[in-house]
Amino acid sequence: MNMNNDRIVGKSVPRLEGRDKVTGASRYVDDMELPGMLYGATVRSRIARGKIKSISFLPTVNWDEFVIVTAKDIPGKNCIALIGDDQPCLAEELINHPEEPVLLLAHPDRNLLATAVEAVSIEYDLLPPVFAIEESEKLSEIIWGTDNIFKSYLIEKGDIENAFKSADYIVEAEYTTGAQEQLYIENNGMIATFDPQQGVTVWGSLQCPYYVHKALMELCGWPENRVRVVQMETGGAFGGKEEYPSMLAAHATLLAIKSGKPVKIVYDRMEDMAATTKRHPSRTRHRTAVSKDGKILGGEIEFTIDGGAYKTLSPVVLSRGALHAGGPYYWPSVRIRAKAVATNAPPHGAFRGFGAPQSLFAMERHMDFIAQTLGISPIEVRRRNFLKPGQTTTTEQVVNEQIDLGKLLDRALELADYRAKKEKFTQGNLSADKKKGIGIAAFLHGAGFTGSGERYLNSLAGVETCPDGAVRVLVSSTEFGQGTKTVLCQIAAEALGVRFEDVSIAQPDTQKVPNSGPTVASRTIMVVGKLVHSAALAILQTLRSNGLLSEVYSPDEFRDACRKHVAQHGVFRSLARYQQADDISWDEENYRGAAYAAFAWAVYIAEVTVDLSSYSVTVDDFVCLQEVGRVLHPVLAAGQIIGGVAQGIGFALYEKVVWENGRMKNGQMTNYIMPTSADIPPIRVFFEELGNVHGAFGAKGIGELPMDGPAPAIVNAITNALGISFNSIPLLPEDIFEALSANGLHDVAPAFADSKQ
Amino acid sequence: MNDLHTASKSDICLVVNGKTLTFRAFPMERLLDVLRTQIGLTGTKEGCGEGECGSCSVLVDGALVNSCLIPVLQASGTRITTIEGLATDNRLHPLQQAFLDFGGAQCGICTPGMILASIHLLSKNPQPTGADIREGLSGNLCRCTGYMQIFEAVADAARRGTP
Repeated sequence: MNMNNDRIVGKSVPRLEGRDKVTGASRYVDDMELPGMLYGATVRSRIARGKIKSISFLPTVNWDEFVIVTAKDIPGKNCIALIGDDQPCLAEELINHPEEPVLLLAHPDRNLLATAVEAVSIEYDLLPPVFAIEESEKLSEIIWGTDNIFKSYLIEKGDIENAFKSADYIVEAEYTTGAQEQLYIENNGMIATFDPQQGVTVWGSLQCPYYVHKALMELCGWPENRVRVVQMETGGAFGGKEEYPSMLAAHATLLAIKSGKPVKIVYDRMEDMAATTKRHPSRTRHRTAVSKDGKILGGEIEFTIDGGAYKTLSPVVLSRGALHAGGPYYWPSVRIRAKAVATNAPPHGAFRGFGAPQSLFAMERHMDFIAQTLGISPIEVRRRNFLKPGQTTTTEQVVNEQIDLGKLLDRALELADYRAKKEKFTQGNLSADKKKGIGIAAFLHGAGFTGSGERYLNSLAGVETCPDGAVRVLVSSTEFGQGTKTVLCQIAAEALGVRFEDVSIAQPDTQKVPNSGPTVASRTIMVVGKLVHSAALAILQTLRSNGLLSEVYSPDEFRDACRKHVAQHGVFRSLARYQQADDISWDEENYRGAAYAAFAWAVYIAEVTVDLSSYSVTVDDFVCLQEVGRVLHPVLAAGQIIGGVAQGIGFALYEKVVWENGRMKNGQMTNYIMPTSADIPPIRVFFEELGNVHGAFGAKGIGELPMDGPAPAIVNAITNALGISFNSIPLLPEDIFEALSANGLHDVAPAFADSKQ
Repeated sequence: MNDLHTASKSDICLVVNGKTLTFRAFPMERLLDVLRTQIGLTGTKEGCGEGECGSCSVLVDGALVNSCLIPVLQASGTRITTIEGLATDNRLHPLQQAFLDFGGAQCGICTPGMILASIHLLSKNPQPTGADIREGLSGNLCRCTGYMQIFEAVADAARRGTP
């Protein structure tokens, strides 16, 4: 027990690395220069599918000055190791998408690279490409495996045939979402150095040091001690730096090995947008059996995502999407079929929410459609179907958190003044040429890796004592804006009863920190935070058992004890390894059981105006109410929610990837539009705090949750304003114009409702 | 970009964060690159290279400028303020402090440009309304924060009255 009554968790302490960020002192990868460094560039295919016939180097460039790397220079396996190891580091013969890396160039003058890249001429034998989910499903071309399917899942619960037999209504619709670019403001970048004795070191902008580590070990065929990965300050990631940094690190490494010099590769914006991963485009089909009082009896959900050319992370994105497809509702029976298909586009990948924003968009639009079909309010249809403690999810996981979604909904409605506004808008819209609408979305988000994922990760985190009596947190979990460093230090400080200033955190460096798993899946505070807590408590125990610390102590006494312990025994490194709780059991084969250790829950409400002269939509007000367990840092937590909502607004209304033969055609900030400060409504953030046994000090995951709700809430609001159903995002002014022209403003006939009454 | 080195170098004189610097540079080199590599001030960031994101914003004779769009010759003879020029004697500028207090910086990559844009806004309009702040910062993109905490930081600095 410490005498320091000021709790540190729950307080908005200063962001640990904040001072360096506001003074420009933070070091990002492009801020680092090494003596004799070369700059690297990538020559990519410019066709979607085919075979390389020949490569020639045009004589306009003095090639003797350049380092040139091809697949033949790879010392180990030509793949970027991840789940399936199917993505080559450099194409040897077969080309599967139009941004496929073919060869690498390096030169001391970065200004000469663009011309050199253009002077490499590649001839191909073309093969017919596949660009959309529907084309891939037709199997007219087999581009991956035997059936173009990277992965499929089947989730079954109860007797859906019986549900359809006893249904009063069967409500059917299809929903689609587009690709979305993460658009972190710092482009991907990496520096590699090679030493024949020590091996390779890479410094980069990345989320998951040990993913890069594993990929480089396989690429080079080297043991773990010959590969070192260090994270530099990272200028945003959002999932976009989960897997692609392994590719970039591999390229920089090959150039460094061949040249014997340090090599830096930093993409420019166009290359980053075109070549690196984006959110998976999706299609969801719902067929739902509903009773006349609005209760879901059962349903079929078919969730399909476009994985692009290689498997990469698609199986796990698909899994999360499928596991969230039923939303926060009780399904007595359900059949969810999910599949990820191959197309000849660059591989799609991780982006905040990881499949859930796609399937939840469909679920939450579908709830409004059910309400409309039955003629009951969107609020009531949700309330009547909300999951309750003791009930089971689609995978038959028992809800054992004491969540009251009805209460959460009521509070959100009150905060948004929903009923009064809805009434007012309905009246006002009759004559106005600016139509107003209000829409809601209710949703959940599972924290941590799915099912047995955390058990396989087997994460290790540490806290060590320092000679000056302070302590240092040791994790491979990375900071890229979320506040990882700050909150993990808060947790350690709170556990030890010391001041926030007495705790520091090591730079993520695979030579210095244990593998605490990837920084993804809203797992850092809940899972890694808990390990940091345990590791910190073991330090306390050690100091006490050595008689250096009494039951009650001050932070100064702790420092003193710590200092003495280091003097006597050297630095003490306390490590804690993840142990799955007994109540988390998961049947991977049948996709049944406890999919997540904990869920965060939320109700979001959007208010919009649709201008009938420009067909543009503005979001006027946005209420977000969520239950995320204990809030450990109110300012950072609110920052996560607001930032996620802004990205959700972009997902819904602005961010459209225009494809041309598998390439992103609008890969510039000029023509791929993300929300600016002028596009953001007041985003009002509210928390309920129930606490949670699985996370440090009761915290659950928070980072991904706010990405799930905005798009359906906004589109529900637009549908409310115009009386026309919109089932695809992004929803741009031209789409609204087209729908209004086709339907006439007041045509609300549900296109696919099939009433059996 | 590739014609950069065909021209010969010119004499350039800049006053950067109060310090007079004279050096030689290719006239068409971007001010951004000269600041980062030749002068060593890496706090100015490149986000898009086409003047859309505002991460490379600096103040040139008090005007807010995307340094990725300005050839260094054009800036010769001007007074330039970068993010490194704001804190004095290790004390943060009130806007830097406000960004820290209100959560205006997350990943930090847009932060230098955003703080300079905020300083520029308050220099033109010391008591901005919420709408003024939204409009005034709309040339600087931030992907992390959703802007709200940046608005709070700027409003707070305005309330306190920045120098």
